[in-house]
Amino acid sequence: MKILTLNFLTCARKACKATNAAFPLHPRDAELEIVETDLNPLFIRNILPRIEWDALREICVELGLPTLPDAAPEPAALFAEPIVPADTMQDADEGAEKQPTQLLQDLHRLLLETTIATGKLVCGNCGHEYAVKEGIANFLLPSHLV
Amino acid sequence: MATDDDGRGEAYETEYVHTVYEQIASHFSSTRYKPWPIVERFLKSLRDGSIGVDVGCGNGKYLSVNPNVFIIGSANLARIAARHEPHSSVVADNLSLPHPLASFDFAISIAVIHHLSTPLRRIQAVRAILELLKTASGGTGSGSQPAETETGGRALIYVWALEQKDSRRGWDEGHEQDVMVPWVMKSNNKANHKNRQKNKAEHREHSDHLSASVSGMHTQDGPSKACSDSQHSVKEKQDTSCAAHDNDSQQATSDSQESKTFQRYYHLYRKGELEHDIAEAGGIVLDSGYEKDNWWAVATPVVGTSAPASTNLYRTS
Repeated sequence: MKILTLNFLTCARKACKATNAAFPLHPRDAELEIVETDLNPLFIRNILPRIEWDALREICVELGLPTLPDAAPEPAALFAEPIVPADTMQDADEGAEKQPTQLLQDLHRLLLETTIATGKLVCGNCGHEYAVKEGIANFLLPSHLV
Repeated sequence: MATDDDGRGEAYETEYVHTVYEQIASHFSSTRYKPWPIVERFLKSLRDGSIGVDVGCGNGKYLSVNPNVFIIGSANLARIAARHEPHSSVVADNLSLPHPLASFDFAISIAVIHHLSTPLRRIQAVRAILELLKTASGGTGSGSQPAETETGGRALIYVWALEQKDSRRGWDEGHEQDVMVPWVMKSNNKANHKNRQKNKAEHREHSDHLSASVSGMHTQDGPSKACSDSQHSVKEKQDTSCAAHDNDSQQATSDSQESKTFQRYYHLYRKGELEHDIAEAGGIVLDSGYEKDNWWAVATPVVGTSAPASTNLYRTS
């Protein structure tokens, strides 16, 4: 399960959805795994405004990942002006493409490639633990919690 | 609408939907690789960077259609849908979805809510999907993309139709709407040698409407390729009309060494019923229609009746 996915998950219990404490879910006993995937710079740019940055920072701290800056980066920080070798300058199309910055690549690595392979996701409101196995979180509730 | 549910409900669905799909999962999955046109068109119409859910994503067939949006799929089959980059999937119940309310740009529910076995549960399932969508009044209120929050999120819901008299199953208006549909799984399938699909569809011979519709629309095979050997309603004795016009299936049965039949529950929607359920669930139908034995509708939450601000889980600080 990707770190990005955590941005769109809460406790499955109806009573918890009405509370702020149910978001984000808190990883516990998490075993992380890097699953490489192709970099899609525009995807990262488009998704960035939808990230709840404070929640993402909190999750990174809980997972022992490097601390994120206080505020989400500006879109302008994701791309650098193209560095075009002299012998390809005549290729206008290629020359017009902006280059992904290290920051963008770091976000790709964190949001899409860093995954929770096994562990638990814990609701901050009710304390219910959802298991993550083989990279898949299971949100089926026992009948007394539905 | 029927009020007699014949003991149906969650436990019934566990036996006649979930348990069956668990057992036929890999077989079923191998028959699920072609998106339906309406669904493909809906997914490709989305703005880049849209965020959505695929409630009941099965093998994740629709997760591959548009790589420029982000979809979280959910299903009991999520382990099969695990790898469709950049998307993600979880195991969850349609009636207890683990997502923030009023947060998503879109949702799809393809061939799922017809497996819920009471009128109330079907409406609850639609409500559970609609309440995830941003409302036209402002959604998550992040403010970063005001243009995007002017319109509400959209859900595409797709269900099997009662009216399909030209299909090999032949159901039509007036037929019992709650039916059991067999899935025949064989351990040996030499009979498929004439299948020239380049896909690895070794097991695609049999059963339910998805494979029937897909083969009818997208392959050179005959329309009754996927017929299973029987159909019958919940209340009635077995009806073998299907087998009578399905030579391929008969052939396959004689060639195979062993087969096992699983029965799945379906509620067949009559004309207008999906729209009715959407209205009951607090939705507005933006568009609807009929495609190859199925009813579909695109819906959005009614402004002002969806999740109030207090249920917005995203932090504002």
